[in-house]
Amino acid sequence: MSAMQDYKSSLADVTSRKFETFSYLPEMDAERIRKQVEYIVSKGWNPAIEHTEPENAFDHYWYMWKLPMFGETDIDTILAEAEACHKAHPNNHVRLIGFDNYAQSKGAEMVIFRGNPV
Amino acid sequence: MAKKYDAGVKDYRETYWMPDYTPKETDLLACFKITPQAGVPREEAAAAVAAESSTGTWTTVWTDLLTDLDYYKGRAYAIEDVPGDDSCFYAFIAYPIDLFEEGSVVNVFTSLVGNVFGFKAVRALRLEDVRFPIAYVMTCNGPPHGIQVERDMMNKYGRPMLGCTIKPKLGLSAKNYGRAVYECLRGGLDFTKDDENVNSQPFMRWRQRFDFVMDAIDKAERETGERKGHYLNVTAPTPDEMFKRAEYAKEIGAPIIMHDYITGGFCANTGLAQWCADNGVLLHIHRAMHAVLDRNPHHGIHFRVLTKILRLSGGDHLHTGTVVGKLEGDRASTLGWIDLLREPYVKEDRSRGIFFDQDWGAMPGAFAVASGGIHVWHMPALVTIFGDDSVLQFGGGTLGHPWGNAAGAAANRVALEACVEARNQGVAIEKEGKEVLTKAAANSPELKIAMETWKEIKFEFDTVDKLDVAHK
Repeated sequence: MSAMQDYKSSLADVTSRKFETFSYLPEMDAERIRKQVEYIVSKGWNPAIEHTEPENAFDHYWYMWKLPMFGETDIDTILAEAEACHKAHPNNHVRLIGFDNYAQSKGAEMVIFRGNPV
Repeated sequence: MAKKYDAGVKDYRETYWMPDYTPKETDLLACFKITPQAGVPREEAAAAVAAESSTGTWTTVWTDLLTDLDYYKGRAYAIEDVPGDDSCFYAFIAYPIDLFEEGSVVNVFTSLVGNVFGFKAVRALRLEDVRFPIAYVMTCNGPPHGIQVERDMMNKYGRPMLGCTIKPKLGLSAKNYGRAVYECLRGGLDFTKDDENVNSQPFMRWRQRFDFVMDAIDKAERETGERKGHYLNVTAPTPDEMFKRAEYAKEIGAPIIMHDYITGGFCANTGLAQWCADNGVLLHIHRAMHAVLDRNPHHGIHFRVLTKILRLSGGDHLHTGTVVGKLEGDRASTLGWIDLLREPYVKEDRSRGIFFDQDWGAMPGAFAVASGGIHVWHMPALVTIFGDDSVLQFGGGTLGHPWGNAAGAAANRVALEACVEARNQGVAIEKEGKEVLTKAAANSPELKIAMETWKEIKFEFDTVDKLDVAHK
């Protein structure tokens, strides 16, 4: 049994801020992002990209990157939009969404590019 | 043609056994498992149950003739063998919808399981399932918010939510209790929960508990940047007191409160659910006392019926058993009542213990809550069984972590997210759970320690109440 460790998290330490699903795992690489895009497409959900300044991540509404890609099933097209959003807003969180229009909810939502913590 | 009054006792089956009856779409249908007294024919026992749960009494009375009893009576319309058990049989009974007050599970169950369960002609009686006609469903309030609305309010998507019941369940001061809540939430849980028997005892009155818990929620939200909640138990000795506590929870901004719908009662629960809908407060439902009703395979009320009662009465979460943990329930049967809680339409499926098609119309579904005796090693199975629309609650499995609640919470959150990510990637996580968790633990010392702590714990008692199909 390893020695007891302190749980490092505080108001002062901005790296303590999380952003919901998958934010307790290491930041995603290209291969892991692709797999999640494939999952969203395989479920028949509508992919979408949103972004925000990290200090406003708690808000319900982030900025939409264009409109959701209704009916888009080409993985590379979806990834290219995510990359384009990230490039345009390199300091922002960028999240990938799968809109499930039957459940009227998001079937998936995850941050795929992490902005600079503030 | 008017009938003549003829005093005395006659066989129930003359009036209530109607094998040629075709149930109407608007009828409320019930399936009872009847264990008759020796020498009582099946048809007579079934008719007796139909009579005593509807219009009948033990003797003819003259006022029967002032109404149309043939319209209002319950009708026993079918009998079936119970697979693997000759001591009992299934009786199917249809009740006209007019017998029940609109929107009142209180009234429905006062009729269905009132007098008849003490009736002498049956040795034992179990209500296995009830088909509520859509016409009746539409008169009930149902869950105050439902799954979709709660996800939007709490900002949780694409995964089950994580909870934890604060322990020790009794004896903590309010401030120490709030500390335990704070540690869990800052470590990565979405919710913490009052134990069901935490109401307002001398060691911790509700008012101080609510204040300190709300402080813990606020700070954990600022610290993690995520939305958090704690189920503040408003179960109380009287409805007035219950509403007083609910009002205060709302006043301080608590996102969710909690009620015990069986010990608190269906009347209180339905009223509270309506209040929650009106006030935008989520409602978590615990089920204390359910096993008294649902555990005996020959007598009582099956949990799938109690699930339907709750969905009609109202609640946004309901405890459903874990399948994998230390408590009761077998997998197929549990999956059956989880569907009854969450899905808009559930087909008859005897392999899952579902006796009737059930149409819920537009009524929202509620989250299934798995709680009790579970820890990180159960995560792959829990994610597979319960899917995303669930709350997985690790009590000892969070608080028992050698480094404390925050580390325990983080371990559970990492394990959950690793399982969900792997599932999305097409990995068969129940089979490859060990690899998934081991890989995730490489980046999480908290998870690594949790896996070492609980590795050997298993709960594999056989279930007492199995599906009848499994008996042979």
